[in-house]
Amino acid sequence: MGKLYDELAADYRFREGLKTCINCGTCTAVCPAAEFYCYDPRRILDTIQRRDDGQIEALLKSETIWYCGECFSCMTRCPRGNAAGKVIMALRELSIRRGYFTESERGRQVYPLSKAIVGNILNYGYCIYPDTFVYEDHLESGPVWKWFLDHKEKGYERLGANYKGKGPGALRMIAREDLDELKAIFDVSGGTELTESIEKFSGQKAAEMGMTPEEYERYTFEQCSPKHFNH
Amino acid sequence: MIYQGKQKIWSDYQKDIPDDHWYYARSCIRQNFFPASEKYFLEIARKVLGKDICDNEHHTTCGGIAYHSDTIPQETAMTIVARQFALMSECGYENLVVSCITSFGNYNETIETWREFPELEAKIRENLWKACRREFKVPKYVAHASDLIFKFRHEIAAKSVNRLVNRETGEPLRVVEHIGCHYSKMFPHKGFGGAEYPCVLSGMVESWGGQVIDYPERRHCCGYGFRQYHVKANRGYCVANTHKKFESMEPFHPDMIITNCPGCPYFLDRWQYVISEQTGKTYGQGGYGIPVLTYEELAGLMLGYDPWDLGLQTHQVAVEPLLDKIGVKYDPAAKYLGLNKEDLLRPELPTNMKCH
Repeated sequence: MGKLYDELAADYRFREGLKTCINCGTCTAVCPAAEFYCYDPRRILDTIQRRDDGQIEALLKSETIWYCGECFSCMTRCPRGNAAGKVIMALRELSIRRGYFTESERGRQVYPLSKAIVGNILNYGYCIYPDTFVYEDHLESGPVWKWFLDHKEKGYERLGANYKGKGPGALRMIAREDLDELKAIFDVSGGTELTESIEKFSGQKAAEMGMTPEEYERYTFEQCSPKHFNH
Repeated sequence: MIYQGKQKIWSDYQKDIPDDHWYYARSCIRQNFFPASEKYFLEIARKVLGKDICDNEHHTTCGGIAYHSDTIPQETAMTIVARQFALMSECGYENLVVSCITSFGNYNETIETWREFPELEAKIRENLWKACRREFKVPKYVAHASDLIFKFRHEIAAKSVNRLVNRETGEPLRVVEHIGCHYSKMFPHKGFGGAEYPCVLSGMVESWGGQVIDYPERRHCCGYGFRQYHVKANRGYCVANTHKKFESMEPFHPDMIITNCPGCPYFLDRWQYVISEQTGKTYGQGGYGIPVLTYEELAGLMLGYDPWDLGLQTHQVAVEPLLDKIGVKYDPAAKYLGLNKEDLLRPELPTNMKCH
């Protein structure tokens, strides 16, 4: 048994997600990502079950582990109670901890994701927050949302939200002491350590690619090569 | 009584949820895009149904979007969840009602994993004590907010002023329901009807007079995919999944779509706009899109709340064709006004999709 396999096997999601895979391919058959991307969860589980660290390392550096949308259609349909999506989550975390995620275009996207979502959690107490939802990056939100964001204080007031207000309600201002508790949770539970790993390895990759962190964040948020898709 | 066949499977997926006294956990996406839905959930639960629901200002995101975007570890997600449990326990509640499908999945994943690995629950309790000096009881019951609306759907129907019936023809309106992946794909026994026979939304639709449409891609994901949406480069995945669903439902001519998850109504609404801009195609009648509503918005319409109080003006797909079919009274001139009728101007119109 290899070291990478041992690390994977220590993850509770891996232990719950890969029990007795018979490689029937049901997960791939129902997977929305397998239809869209060059993605085959059956193959990933097959590779892992060989317990070959060289092959697992290649997987952790690959594009393929980043295609899953974590919808868990696979979990419903697996005839043996496995969940390829959970195994993917364990693979992604290990890829980040080892710094392998910067070896793939899709893996490098962890950086803008972390900056945006973890930033929102620690700064505002929400995963998504109106002040950081920029219309120019979300043209799909439509002219109605451009209009709404242009009038967001009065718009949220009209809809009965408590945007940046005290007390309960939608989009209330999360108090400093509550945000401090979230930060303390990140510190004791590995969240801060994971964020720091993402920062460190992404910083190294940005330097290697001759970019500032800001340029790298924008590039990884927008760069899309055609190799990912089923045609 | 001995149940057999589908009846037996169906009986396995019934939930006997508590009648009253709930602690409410809000949704990040619903607060951002459908805040009026949360307001009217509380209004309906408290004022129409007479229920006791606690809305505590100190709770935060459950971290579910970060967790499923792989930016926080499982232990962090679970410790945030444990803090929500602690706040609930401190307020004297035992039943948790959740506004978000991914939160619902996240809470259930946490509790189920702890059941299998008690040492992990002990670790999370230690984390929470170190970080926050808090302790908690695991909720006796975790429900999604739609479970409560489903449970009391007949009471809502009895108090309704509108029905899901075409007032011109007297025919039931044709409704697509979309329950959202994390409601019952991860833990089928946690959802009404499980993953095979989900009835949380179809039950509401039928109680309120509508007809549920079955179509081939009924259970297909809306395409959110977390990192697939939150990174601009990946959004082709999202629109492709929504497109697949709309192509599949189109021949059945739905009058509307009702949704369970906070993200799905946003995506099923907005990607219709994108598809219309990219291809010129619209899926509703007469160049309109198909209106997509949250279950709170639909319950509110049935009960006679003003559509603009419910926030239907913030949808990209115009809802007026649906309101006209039902016979909902509304003031077109008030659609984009602020509080006290303040003029907030109007959004620009899409190129191809007709809007009022």
